[in-house]
Parts: sequence; C-alpha cells; structure tokens
Amino acid sequence: STDAENKMLFYSFFKSLVGKDVVVELKNDLSICGTLHSVDQFLNIKFTDITVTDPDKYPHMLSVKNCFIRGSVVRYVQLPADECDTQLLQDAARKEAAQNRQR
Amino acid sequence: MNYLPGTASLVEEIDKKLLVVLRDGRTLIGYLRSIDQFANLVLHRTIERIHVGKKYGDIPRGIFVVRGENVVLLGEIDLENENNPQLEEVPIDDILEMQREEQIQKQQEEERKKKSMLERGLQPHSELHDDLF
Repeated sequence: STDAENKMLFYSFFKSLVGKDVVVELKNDLSICGTLHSVDQFLNIKFTDITVTDPDKYPHMLSVKNCFIRGSVVRYVQLPADECDTQLLQDAARKEAAQNRQR
Repeated sequence: MNYLPGTASLVEEIDKKLLVVLRDGRTLIGYLRSIDQFANLVLHRTIERIHVGKKYGDIPRGIFVVRGENVVLLGEIDLENENNPQLEEVPIDDILEMQREEQIQKQQEEERKKKSMLERGLQPHSELHDDLF
C-alpha cells in the first residue's frame, strides 16, 4: 500500500493506448501528434512518427521522428473518443478511490 | 528505473545524438551520455541551435549537465533528414543579431497588447508565466 500504487490508474490507462495515435499539447503551447510508443510511472511519454501541428512556428523539430516528452510539461493528451471507454475509466476511478479510503 | 518492456525509458537513447528542448525555449543538440530518474541529462559535444525564421546558427557548448525539471522534450535526430533543405545555416553573429531583433519586435508587440488590455479595463498578463517560452 505505497503511495505510488494509489496513482497507477492513468499509467495503466496510457499503457492500454500504446500503439494508438494521440495528440499531446504541451505547456509551452507546442502540439505534437504521434503514435504512443511507451509511458512510465511519471507519465513521461515516448512517441514514434511525430508531426508537429504548427511546423512553421517550431522549425527545430523538422528532422525529429521519435521523441521522449517529460510528463511534467504535458498540458493535455487528446484521444479519439472511440479509443476511450469512459464507463470503464469511471468504474476504475471509483474502485481506486474506495481502496484509498480504506488505507 | 525499471527495465520492463513498454516503459518509457531513456536508457535506449544513450549515445544517440538528441535534440533537447528546454523550458526557457532553448534548443540543444548533443550526444546523450548519462541519465537518471529525474531526466537529469549529461550531453556531450553539445551545440546550442538558435532558430530565427528559416535560418539558424550553432554555438558550440561542450559538455552540458541539464537538470531534469528544465527538460521539455528529447528528440531523436533522423540522421538522413538531418540537414533539412528548408533551413539555412548562418554565422553565429548574424543569428544573434536576428534573435535580438526578433526579441525587440516581440517586446513591442507585448507592449501594444498590454496597452490595449489596460485601455479596455483588463489586467494584462494575469496568466502565471513561470517559464520563458
């Protein structure tokens, strides 16, 4: 019953999205579209085959295909609605909240 | 750090030539030699690349130790695509001058916006700007 176990929900959720295409909006307003390669406990993300949604504003990314994004700089992760079972997420969140209360 | 497959580890990036974007907007390019769980980095043969429009200039920086909290992203440079035809390299002094001019223009733009907001009775820059993007 460590603190880390209580925060596994989104880590597990993102693991289930590996291989899917998502768009990440960062706190510096840069938006990156790519295939989710992997995620870790800090919600750091690795992407393959990225495209920057505004390449003229961010020319330095032109020759980058794969990248690692530090979880702390992510503002939003945009997913297509059909990749996300909100019912399942709600149930999982309620379960985790219940477990946390018991500890 | 664990070595389970499917986890986002920087271990595989070691010794690769990487592009590092920092929170203050700087772009560093160097060979990744060392990492830790905070994404602290040791970069070798680092250059700082300054972009202004379609032009860029490189400043050699040697060895860099980057504190993880300043890292936005690490990009693997596609060596085939590396010398992009769209971008033109210029001497360092030129790019620094262009950067200075760009900064002045941005400041003037900010001043204009601030003035417009005050005229309309709004508070300028009420967003928290803890980073210099």
